[in-house]
Amino acid sequence: MTSTFLPDKRSGPDVGPPPPSPGPGRGRARRRARHWLTAVGFQVPALVLFGTLVLLPMLFALYASFFRWGGFGMPDDYIGGDNFTRLFQDPVFLGDLWRCLLLVGLSLVLQLPFALALAVALNQKIRGRAVYRMLFFAPYILSEAITGVLFSMIFAPDDGLADHVLGAVGLDGVGGQWFADPSTVMATLFLVMTWKYFGFHMMLYLAGLQSIPAELTEAALIDGAGPWQRFRNVTLPLLAPTLRISVFLSVIGSIQLFDLVWVVTAGGPDHHSETMAVTMFQYGFKRYQVGYASAISVAMFGISLVFALAYQRFVLRRDLQGATTTMRGGGA
Amino acid sequence: MAVPLLYAVLSGFKSTDQLSRNPIGLPDPWVTSNYTDILGSGSFWQLVGSSTIIAVGTTVVVVAVSALAAFSFARFAFRGREVLFTLFTMGLMFPFAVAALPLFLLLRSIGLLDNPLGVILPQAAFGLPMTIVVLRGFFREIPAELEEAATLDGCGPLKFFWRILLPMARPALGTVSVLAVVGSWNNFLLPLLVFNEPTWWTVPIGVQQFQGQYSAEYARVFAYLVLAMVPALAFYSVAERQLVGGLTAGATKG
Repeated sequence: MTSTFLPDKRSGPDVGPPPPSPGPGRGRARRRARHWLTAVGFQVPALVLFGTLVLLPMLFALYASFFRWGGFGMPDDYIGGDNFTRLFQDPVFLGDLWRCLLLVGLSLVLQLPFALALAVALNQKIRGRAVYRMLFFAPYILSEAITGVLFSMIFAPDDGLADHVLGAVGLDGVGGQWFADPSTVMATLFLVMTWKYFGFHMMLYLAGLQSIPAELTEAALIDGAGPWQRFRNVTLPLLAPTLRISVFLSVIGSIQLFDLVWVVTAGGPDHHSETMAVTMFQYGFKRYQVGYASAISVAMFGISLVFALAYQRFVLRRDLQGATTTMRGGGA
Repeated sequence: MAVPLLYAVLSGFKSTDQLSRNPIGLPDPWVTSNYTDILGSGSFWQLVGSSTIIAVGTTVVVVAVSALAAFSFARFAFRGREVLFTLFTMGLMFPFAVAALPLFLLLRSIGLLDNPLGVILPQAAFGLPMTIVVLRGFFREIPAELEEAATLDGCGPLKFFWRILLPMARPALGTVSVLAVVGSWNNFLLPLLVFNEPTWWTVPIGVQQFQGQYSAEYARVFAYLVLAMVPALAFYSVAERQLVGGLTAGATKG
């Protein structure tokens, strides 16, 4: 009986292990049922927790998004897709989409290359690199709330560190309102995001770099490749799977951005730094338009899901078949 | 990179008056009252205490529940396994903000608002996908011979799990625990929604409230920020290897 829990790793997902001795059909069926119950029994706590606190709320958000509803009692004013029609005419939500694209673009063009450059630099044998690693990664450990408050003080108009530093080097007029000015709020926010998150990507790249076998770079060196050629033709292709994961996480992170924005600007001034999650929060918890806020939730989920599926289909799939992966697997 | 942190530490040693006259230089004289006042008041320790209780609670729940599920995913072949596993891995993509609103309504209707369980259980639930994926990978690597030997010695599945698998998986359990602690410690949205009363406020909520309350006293806010950073950075310096290992493993496998 106990032997039934031995898995057969080579067999397909739904094939149970062979019975220990040939017996009557009914005994075998009962044994299989018991095996199934044991296996699933271990899943029960996880399923209960995940089902009630993750899946159920998600499904309920989908349901509520079809109602005009203030959040009390059960939703009863069914309005079909009106919340979604409204959503795609709402200038704030359209602005959210635009700002999300802006953050994704800035991350891909500035933040990730910066993280990569530092990772390559710290992968060399330089003095004190362990200290640098810790230093660059430390902001990632701090909560968004702490980071947000810290930088709202640093960029405080007139009294903050940023204005004082600019003033000290004779650039008095350059600073100013930072988070309070619609034209600078996103750039300043992006600066804070970079401070907070690039260390995480840097660590990913460092882990990736370390799985690249040294012989390959050495071989390129012997072949007379310069530093840039070695980076371009050896390091970069071998790091590609890590880069693709990092891009994925960066995009998903931009779609879901909430804490930092909420603490620093709460979406202001006049919606100029609002993200989808902040808009959802405003409608759901401040204005009690829970049905509409649910529609924003559903849209966020839809956008994440479409992006994730498309990314998996068109970008990550290469990792399952390309030569790079086999080499990486062999080297790791 | 370290300038903002250093600036905060030094500013905490100034008086607010000094801070506006001398924003960049060293404190003169060094004022320690900002730090000692905060450390002497009970409210700061209450934040640290409730953050700790919630982080430990979350970690215990998510690791225990995930270990059982990951054991079943890694060592059993059963009907429906792939479907269930896909369900959990899809959870990796669920943004918490999406579920925040209905989750709040659910917690309100079952009376878990202003209750630490109202934060612990949802945090654990949202931590399941990542934890299960990492632990399952690790459990799979434990050789089948060990399991056969244990079975011959009369070990049932539960006993094998408890006596052999868990002790062997201690490094992996350490990694996922560190991730769970950090995630819980830094969580902002959920405690913000669940705790109306200050009784159970966590450090991130406390920091935001403190800034609102003492917005004119810059030096005090800086001192508060620095003290609020200390537990996280101290934990990080102790658990660095586990944390970084977990993040990279989770990111590349997930």
